[in-house]
Amino acid sequence: MSSTTDSSVVLEKPAEDKPSEDVVLRLEDLVVEFPAGAGQIVHAVSGINLEVRRGETLGLVGESGCGKSTTGRAIMQLPKPTSGSVHFDGRDLASLSSEEVRKLRPKLQMIFQDPISSLNPRRRIPDIVGDPLVVWGRGAEKAKVVPEVLRAVGLDPEQVADRRPHQFSGGQCQRVSIARALVLEPEVLICDEPVSALDVSVQAQILNLLEDMKARYGLTLVFIAHDLGVVRNISDRVAVMYLGRICELGPTEALFDAPVHPYTRLLVSSIPSMEGAQRGEVGTGEMPSPVSPPSGCRFRTRCPLATDRCASEVPEMREVAPGRFTACHHPILDTPVEAPLPAAVAGDHSTNGTAPAPADS
Amino acid sequence: MRPTTPQAEKAPTTAAPGRHARREGFEDGALLTVEDVHVRFHTRNGVVHAVEGVSLELSEGEVLAVVGESGSGKTVFTRRVMGLIAGSRDTEVSGTVTFDGITLSELDAKGLSKVWGKEIALVLQDPMTSLNPVKRIGAQITETLILHQKLSKQDANARAIELLRSVGLSEPERRVRQYPHELSGGMRQRVTIAIALSCSPRLLLADEPTTALDVTVQAQILDLLGDLQSRLGMAMLLVTHDLRVVRSRSDRIAVMYAGRIVETAPTKDLFDSPRMPYTEALMNAVPPITGPNHVRLAVIPGRPPDLLAPPKGCRFSPRCPYAQDRCLTEEPPLRDAADLPDGSAVEHSYRCWYPVGTPENAEARRVNVERGETAAGTPVTGEMVPA
Repeated sequence: MSSTTDSSVVLEKPAEDKPSEDVVLRLEDLVVEFPAGAGQIVHAVSGINLEVRRGETLGLVGESGCGKSTTGRAIMQLPKPTSGSVHFDGRDLASLSSEEVRKLRPKLQMIFQDPISSLNPRRRIPDIVGDPLVVWGRGAEKAKVVPEVLRAVGLDPEQVADRRPHQFSGGQCQRVSIARALVLEPEVLICDEPVSALDVSVQAQILNLLEDMKARYGLTLVFIAHDLGVVRNISDRVAVMYLGRICELGPTEALFDAPVHPYTRLLVSSIPSMEGAQRGEVGTGEMPSPVSPPSGCRFRTRCPLATDRCASEVPEMREVAPGRFTACHHPILDTPVEAPLPAAVAGDHSTNGTAPAPADS
Repeated sequence: MRPTTPQAEKAPTTAAPGRHARREGFEDGALLTVEDVHVRFHTRNGVVHAVEGVSLELSEGEVLAVVGESGSGKTVFTRRVMGLIAGSRDTEVSGTVTFDGITLSELDAKGLSKVWGKEIALVLQDPMTSLNPVKRIGAQITETLILHQKLSKQDANARAIELLRSVGLSEPERRVRQYPHELSGGMRQRVTIAIALSCSPRLLLADEPTTALDVTVQAQILDLLGDLQSRLGMAMLLVTHDLRVVRSRSDRIAVMYAGRIVETAPTKDLFDSPRMPYTEALMNAVPPITGPNHVRLAVIPGRPPDLLAPPKGCRFSPRCPYAQDRCLTEEPPLRDAADLPDGSAVEHSYRCWYPVGTPENAEARRVNVERGETAAGTPVTGEMVPA
């Protein structure tokens, strides 16, 4: 999308909003809030703008409580976001009726962290995998499609025919979940921590499988995880989240090798490395509560570079190098960018300033 | 197990006199010696062989990492060392655990309570459940101090504040009056570490101390543990599933698989030249954090064995890319790597008939690649065998 379009203009005519060729999913100013009792509000996701291109794997990383899973669920409209929009193939899911959303769901599938609890323990594997077909009135295809998909995810259809989830290990259950998600041939697969519950030796099997399935079914993946090593390996681009906002977005290798946002730098230097000693400084402190996030930049309470400006002004998302975006007043750059890009004039909006959607390169 | 430094609820009032003479008269011997420890659980479905003949030694001030996947027996082993698992109607234990001349495995609860917290402390994985939710932080720390160090309540309180400060907790004066639910996970783990260290133990057992924490907090806690360990000169048994975590934080590593130690070596040596195919496979299965993305990960086929019926022969043989007929019938003993042609003189032992890096291993791989499967019938693919 061309980021010169003012976001308010886009909101006025969502119907005519034509997606650019390669964008399959676009989040605009996505906000998700939950009541926390006593009149308090959990600001889980606070104004996210993100584009997912067709055929790519977009990694979404951050620590627990940063809103990455909530973002994934908001894309699925589970539940509907508090405000903002999710455009899928050019249609704004938030403006559609639930019946219309339901009709789009086959194109948009999700797999979850705990593979065992996400399968119905009382049903047999082929029924679990074939159910989506039955729901969509394609039950007749079950006999043909289900064995195909099971084979694709590395399970023997004959062996699993009479089995139920409890007879399988976590890794195998995750294969079943993936098969169930793929049986309707979705365009986008949202993976919410798909390997976190698995042992290292099994994790590699599932990661390789996801890469294979992506190639075979032409999928677009949104890969949510807290393990940076995993995300680094599978993603084409990575968005780093902190306390409900995206703080950095960029191509995987560049982002990991030369982080621009101080939080990304902290995350990357915290990864225990197979190659040897830790690479950088270790930060202090922990993420503040999303009930009362800090004003201005939400990372400022832990940021070594924070200044007064960070407390008063929400940093806008801006492009600091080709394809690399960050929301930081003091990005770590070889050549400092002082002036924000013209598109980011919305800086004097009060707290939840709307950052312009990151443009394609 | 509730308290982090387990103590008998009703401790004997005749507890050991004063501080033990640390570092004095200490000879360069083993602080902890574990010999041929077995733990078997009799369950309705059969006997679970959780720990099978584990032996190891830990010197004063040394950090030994025990690495294994879930079900490898590492936690049961740690608990047996601590004395938290004892023989009973459905639990069969054997072997000896000796700590500084005391045979822990023969002590009863009363005897153990003199050692727990004072000489040996334990930090567990989940700081949410290892603290008492209805007691203030301060009271949970002073409990140990009053019991073992005979401090007055006031002194103990002052010491508790000091301890909280030493583990990097902000506003320690306020924290002692707070309850666990008022603290975050990382802060709670700092509290459990403070409790563990309150009596300057000589041995700290840390069972997955950072697994429940976020990556930035994990780094903080590991650094804290390493820092305190070297400052206090205590020995540490660091149990984890993550090889990456221990790479720069341990002197030696013992890799556990299906209840057995399958390889043990100084950390650098283990990473430089793993001998056991399982260790090699574990290392290759971890996604790298440098180099290009979309790297095909080396996989370990199958899954860890069922300890109700562990495989015959080498327990890794059904998943091993090099497995030959011998591996299926004969379990390899722990062998010394110094006997290998390119082995160094360091203490490095492994359980394998076809150790990685030897001509025998290369030959086994060639044979398996040629016939397309291992002797155990596992298909050999390019993904499985490192080039």
